Amino acid sequence: MTLLDPYFGQFGGMYVPQILMPALNELEQNFVDSQKDKIFKETFKNLLKNYAGRPTPLSLCCNLTKGTKTRIYLKREDLLHGGAHKTNQVLGQAMLALKMHKQEVIAETGAGQHGVATAIACALFNLKCRIYMGFKDIERQSVNVLRMKLMGAQVISVKNGSGTLKDACNEALRDWSDSYKTSHYMIGTAAGPHPYPIIVREFQKIIGEESKKQILEYERVLPNAIIACVGGGSNAIGIFSEFIKDKQVDLIGVEPGGCGIETGRHGAPLSYGRTGIYFGMKSYLMQNQEGQIKESWSISAGLDFPSVGPEHAWLKSINRAQYVSVTDQEAVNAFQILCKKEGIIPALESSHALAYALKLMNLFPNKKQVFIVNLSGRGDKDILTVNNILKDQEKHCESL
Amino acid sequence: MFLKLSLLQEGCFVPFVVMGDPSLEMSIQIIETLVSNGADALEIGIPFSDPLADGPVIQKSNLRALSKNYTLSQYFNELKKIREKYPMLPIGILLYANLVYNRGIKKFYLDCFSAGISSVLIADVPIEESDLFYYTANKHKINSIFVCPPDANCSLIYNISKRAKGYIYLLSRPGVTGIQNNTQSLSKNFIKKIKKYSSVPLLQGFGISNSFQIKKSLQLGVSGVICGSAIIHIIETYLTEKEKMINQIRILTYKLKQSTKII
Repeated sequence: MTLLDPYFGQFGGMYVPQILMPALNELEQNFVDSQKDKIFKETFKNLLKNYAGRPTPLSLCCNLTKGTKTRIYLKREDLLHGGAHKTNQVLGQAMLALKMHKQEVIAETGAGQHGVATAIACALFNLKCRIYMGFKDIERQSVNVLRMKLMGAQVISVKNGSGTLKDACNEALRDWSDSYKTSHYMIGTAAGPHPYPIIVREFQKIIGEESKKQILEYERVLPNAIIACVGGGSNAIGIFSEFIKDKQVDLIGVEPGGCGIETGRHGAPLSYGRTGIYFGMKSYLMQNQEGQIKESWSISAGLDFPSVGPEHAWLKSINRAQYVSVTDQEAVNAFQILCKKEGIIPALESSHALAYALKLMNLFPNKKQVFIVNLSGRGDKDILTVNNILKDQEKHCESL
Repeated sequence: MFLKLSLLQEGCFVPFVVMGDPSLEMSIQIIETLVSNGADALEIGIPFSDPLADGPVIQKSNLRALSKNYTLSQYFNELKKIREKYPMLPIGILLYANLVYNRGIKKFYLDCFSAGISSVLIADVPIEESDLFYYTANKHKINSIFVCPPDANCSLIYNISKRAKGYIYLLSRPGVTGIQNNTQSLSKNFIKKIKKYSSVPLLQGFGISNSFQIKKSLQLGVSGVICGSAIIHIIETYLTEKEKMINQIRILTYKLKQSTKII
């Protein structure tokens, strides 16, 4: 019997080898205890404020929206220590690891942001840290790999399968099933077996709480829509959670459409997948007719995942949130626009959310509307990727 | 089968191989070699793209099979042929939840029944999530196999024992399948505890690759052993030399089966 409900409607659960059940139960027990523990909560709050740098600002994009009646605010998780929203929840999970007397942490990472955040938390709490990362992601996110190593983390290259986040997740779970007595698996998103989706949401909901307070202060009304990118779904669930009950606020999750849905090279399981069981949970999945997990694709390593957190699957099933997709190219365009117009370099992940906000703005330029886009991370890690794309485009233009 | 072996004072030797590795035709040949050299039952893996309970040897085996793009229906057809050839042989399959869910749970177990499958072990479904599969399996007279970890507490042992049909899969150690880690952390007391609650046979798996381990396991009081990675390692080693592959599997199977003979 679990202490908390492991399901969101029909989604969620604990689909793991039996060997991991005691570790998940131990984690759940400690999480539940921590939520009743004033000292734990105060320490966490203090860390978010004085170490991570919360609250993060809510910035109005003055130049981007010129000539329209749309007001776009950016929730600036890029300004958090570590450069992404990931830092919020790893601090909480690192505290849980200490509470459980674990000496080491296992993590997986795609874009490297969760890896960096994990390395930060482990350095802060003096925990040994090993991070699984697909070999392709190690290549495309070399700066973040260096950051992890500088903070003392061991980065383990995963060569199985597609060599991306999906394979790193499998490898981390394999490690954990051998080492759970001494290690904590620090999942980086609101996905995986119960209780991770709940734990990650609870530690990330500060994004939504702050956003609500800030937007009411600035606009005196709730926004028309909250827009966030969705890979596993942690930044999105973090900002959505505070607004789920406010039915007048549209919750929009933006999945990576990759090279275009029609090419099959995308990472949009909510929009184009179907229900299945993978990575410890029942959720939407990219899978073939036989039920084998398909490889996802996104220009953004952080969104390159064939499944999604179960709470998003549930929000979709009850029509409380809508999930859309934008392509790599649209994300790169949004990336450039934000750099040029507002002087902010967004992560390619967040650029997906911004691209959709711009689409909505341009669709109804004369409509008075207020959007909050969760700028989940900064894009320094992505500048080489974007530069390569722009160079390729220039070459292509010259050859025409 | 267990009763017969018990009368003969023998342990049960169950090899594990992945269907379709390196091809369906070769799988059949490998299975025939296993049976003719003493396998008392078969545990057949159905390939999955993300076998997270398995170590590198079995992962690669899954990928080799998947590269051939066989369908689950083809696997069932082959399993049916094996059943026809060996009507009395217990045949279990091991796979991952999404394959069952994707086919439709009812259809999956009906297919198992039609193919003459004795038992199904779903590697990523712990007993806590098993209801959905268990009751459908029972309706189609398929034994659900549960995994018992070496650190299981009394309540888990009790729950597994209450539900167990066919046999209980005892893990030698934490972690994933593979021969690289040979630590066997089971104790006589642990086996006794399980036997107190359940009378179904106990088979020990994970890390079993030699006669010494088998003898040691049987001395602890288990009914038999499951051996996977050691056999699959041979398949991997002789991928391009099929005769050698079959010969090496024959030698290993014979040797491991002989070590289950207590007297």
